[in-house]
Amino acid sequence: MTSAILFTLCGIALAGIGAFGLVAHAHLLRRILALNIIGSGVFLVFGGLGYRLPQSGADPVPQAMVITGIVVALAATALAVTLAVRLFEETGRTSLPGEGSADEHAAD
Amino acid sequence: MTPALILDLLLCVLIGAVALSAVLARDLLAGIVLFIVYGLLAAVAWVRLDAIDVALAEAAIGAGLTGILLVGAAARLRRRGEGKNVEPTRGMRRAFGRAGQLALCAGGTAALIALALTLPRDGAGLRPLAEQNLAASGISNPVTAVLLNFRGYDTLLEVVVLLAAVIGVWSLTPDRFWGGVPGLRQHARPDGVLAYFGRLLPAVGFLVAVHLLWAGADAPGGAFQAGTVLAAVWLLAAMAGLTDAPAVSSRRLRLLLVLGPAFFLLVGSMGAFAGVFLGYPPSVSTASILAIEVLLAISIAAMLSLLVLGVPRRLP
Amino acid sequence: MVSIMDIATLAFASAGVAFFVAGTLGLLRFPDVHSRLHALTKADNLGLGLIVIGLMLQAGSLWLALKLGLVWLLAILAAATVSQLIARAALTGRPHTLSRSDP
Repeated sequence: MTSAILFTLCGIALAGIGAFGLVAHAHLLRRILALNIIGSGVFLVFGGLGYRLPQSGADPVPQAMVITGIVVALAATALAVTLAVRLFEETGRTSLPGEGSADEHAAD
Repeated sequence: MTPALILDLLLCVLIGAVALSAVLARDLLAGIVLFIVYGLLAAVAWVRLDAIDVALAEAAIGAGLTGILLVGAAARLRRRGEGKNVEPTRGMRRAFGRAGQLALCAGGTAALIALALTLPRDGAGLRPLAEQNLAASGISNPVTAVLLNFRGYDTLLEVVVLLAAVIGVWSLTPDRFWGGVPGLRQHARPDGVLAYFGRLLPAVGFLVAVHLLWAGADAPGGAFQAGTVLAAVWLLAAMAGLTDAPAVSSRRLRLLLVLGPAFFLLVGSMGAFAGVFLGYPPSVSTASILAIEVLLAISIAAMLSLLVLGVPRRLP
Repeated sequence: MVSIMDIATLAFASAGVAFFVAGTLGLLRFPDVHSRLHALTKADNLGLGLIVIGLMLQAGSLWLALKLGLVWLLAILAAATVSQLIARAALTGRPHTLSRSDP
């Protein structure tokens, strides 16, 4: 059990936690948060796999891919958050139609 | 069990616990704050994995900017009684129930963990190949060399994706504000701490960004990290009411946005005339990469700020 | 054999961690926002400062030590600003008057 394998397993566990958060919530922002945790976990898996021989230094290619992934994840999150906010402003919903509890449209 | 391994084990347990708390938090804002904490802990994990550039990017973009985005959105979505867990009424929930969802996710995770444990324990990967070509690339930080030289395609497309996201956000503008100014006008007390902070930090932030950009050639750093720091201090100045965003229809803003990717594309096309698209002749490699990084950082700062500000909400 | 610098680093870092523990305890146990902020400032200023001093002793060069000091300065500046904003918001009960947003 090396550090690299440990972080790889941690990344997989994080992806599992994020997946649970994605399916267990209906609120769009919580889902976006869970998606970010999945992404972050997958990046840790990348990093762990790139560090398997620490004496020769970390592999720069997975690191570059992870940096790219972090930026793209932010771009996607920004678009998703904007969609969620606009959905709320136009319809008052915080979850997609068909999901969410029955009093979703109740005026507060 | 070396002390380093025990440290990593404790770190992983902490990361998992904070992520779980973020997902299961009762209050949405509490969950988002825990997500920011999780992002910072993940940055520490990246340092342990000897990936300092990634740690910088994760802390700045993954924890910082994503956190700001989510907090801003949560504030907009706030209604009385909002933020509590709304359970899905259809789909996975109806099919499996809460215990079923848990079992499915746990089962999938366990299967992947078992699979990961069968992977070979060692693999030098592409590091030796990268190091062989490092001298020809003109950059001594291998990650920057990979990002801007060996895999320049990925970075070019990544910046284009960022630009596409900005266009996507702008396309969601309400009709009456089309072409207007993103975000609301902020006012802070002119003698208050926020205004003071908003005046002090951009100066420091600019220096830090320049340092990150310049040092990115031989030490951890780079265009994305520098661009994020610039975006963050600009957003702070905007939050303190010291500056205002330009209208999205402004030509100068659009020029700023396309400056980085356009220059990157230009240099790549010049390389195409010599035979290799996005190839740099070794004599001008360092200079061209640094020039690309500077313009890229400026464009990235503008793109990230606009992504956080969101949709135009007032007319110019 | 551990050098005197390492022992000093250990001492400073342990003292810093002690302040962090005290600050965290205060965050968890104090009843309202203002007393929690009060506890947190101990963690931020003293705790971080002691840890940074311990790390400065390990830094190879003066330049690196100064950069660590800059990190501490920025952290306490940010913490002080945010603490004041939170305290004022909690006092007036109207957080949106801190930074008014016009539609």
